[in-house]
Amino acid sequence: MMKKGWDEFEIGAMLRTFDGKIDDIAGTLQEDRAYSENSSFVASVADWRINKPIFNKDFCIDCQFCWVYCPDISIISRDKKMIGIDMDHCKGCGICVEVCPTNPKSLLMFPEKSDEETELATWPAKNKETK
Amino acid sequence: MAFDKMELQKIEVWDGNFAAAQALRQCQIDVVAAYPITPSTPIVEGYAKFLSDNYIEGEFVMVESEHAAMSGCVGAAAAGGRVATATSSQGFALMVEVLYQASGMRLPIVLNVVNRALAAPLNVNGDHSDMYLGRDSGWIQLDAFAPQEAYDLNFIAFKVAEDHDIRLPAMVHQDGFMTSHTAQGVYTLTDDEAYGFVGEYKPMNDMLDFEHPVTHGVQTEEDWHFEHKARQHNDLMTKVFPKIQAAFDAFEKLSGRKYNIVEKYDMNDADVCVVCMGTSVETAREVATEMREKGIKAGVVGLRVIRPFPFFEIAEALKDVKAIAALDRSSPNGAPGMLFNEIAGALFNTDKRALLSGYVYGLGGRDLTKAHLVSLYTELQANVDAGKVTTQLQQFIGVRGPKLAFL
Repeated sequence: MMKKGWDEFEIGAMLRTFDGKIDDIAGTLQEDRAYSENSSFVASVADWRINKPIFNKDFCIDCQFCWVYCPDISIISRDKKMIGIDMDHCKGCGICVEVCPTNPKSLLMFPEKSDEETELATWPAKNKETK
Repeated sequence: MAFDKMELQKIEVWDGNFAAAQALRQCQIDVVAAYPITPSTPIVEGYAKFLSDNYIEGEFVMVESEHAAMSGCVGAAAAGGRVATATSSQGFALMVEVLYQASGMRLPIVLNVVNRALAAPLNVNGDHSDMYLGRDSGWIQLDAFAPQEAYDLNFIAFKVAEDHDIRLPAMVHQDGFMTSHTAQGVYTLTDDEAYGFVGEYKPMNDMLDFEHPVTHGVQTEEDWHFEHKARQHNDLMTKVFPKIQAAFDAFEKLSGRKYNIVEKYDMNDADVCVVCMGTSVETAREVATEMREKGIKAGVVGLRVIRPFPFFEIAEALKDVKAIAALDRSSPNGAPGMLFNEIAGALFNTDKRALLSGYVYGLGGRDLTKAHLVSLYTELQANVDAGKVTTQLQQFIGVRGPKLAFL
């Protein structure tokens, strides 16, 4: 964002989500919205994260629990199919992993620097049910 | 309009609280979020009564503290409503954190502050401790000396605060009990005149404008915060006084009552003068007239606008005077009083060097009597005759025990 002088911005501790007037925003997908440069959507907070979730679609049943519970709207789901994670806004809280009901889980937490392909290749096996 | 209008007499007998409540009714406040505290409670109580009697179309929000009251006001103002509340003393102190939010967010809330001492020791009576606590908060501060002015200044406050060039919150101060609970004749405006003066509320950047979504109350760090604060200070320093003057002029046209940023009394040829605020102004005026009969050319300067501070208007008002007393009704707790410092600052780079002395008086509702002011004016005249301040620069008036003087 350009650093403007004191007389060059609108008054108030206020930022506009869009430049100009918007229409039917509820019916428009995030990726199709013309967010302004001041919208928090265009700012990455990925560097807040220490651990990251990795999504393994092989076990996902598209139950949408992660989408419902994510406090940062960082689970990307389209037509009720889990697509992946918005890694610009995910803070790595691990709630999605906690609520994932599959066995093994379709989402697991790893250190931020972990390699996704390596982790997917060594994904844990199904836990045997014990009686 | 779905609410009823009220027929008022040309002159009503109102105390300062009821006058302020009537002004809030006539301005048709959308939201009052309030928590009761002596002596300001009857203002918000009055609004609630008018609301329940269908004289207002609005919302009264009962909250659990003054911090929540001002927070509710901030939310309602950001949403796009005309918003007001009232408080005093400890309640004001609890609001302080949110006062800075309101001004930084540029929300034109009007806060009626019925001035009362700050504990400890706990005290419900009038002094200016709470008023002084708010003076760096970025609000406009207007001071009423009597119930009539508490009524009138509410209209002025909305008119100035809500102007899209200003968008700053405003406080209307009145002295606890001496103004708030003393009934006097108050000249009224009709409901239509009053509402016509403040006009319909014009929202700006409101959250309920769904076609232009905004985020209010954003965070900025070292890269942006300074620019926001600089802008707010700039607008207080350069834009507010012209708008206040315009509002005073328009109000005089409407009501015949003339207000000034600095209220001068007998200052044309005054040798000695007292600068003060609140109900003390009226007492000082009475004594000044009596001093003239005794041959002392006395005058009074009352501050109508405290923030922004009328730096040049004060210097102008005091330019020909020889001795000045700055009366502070708040304990400076280890410094000269606020008025002493501000006046010294306003005069320091001018050619005229008047003799300036400071007085601390009236804490916790202690009376400032006419006898106090007679000796004060006499002391000022003695300073003029001696050509120097004959006392220490800071004295206490009306406190028991050995005489207190410092500096």
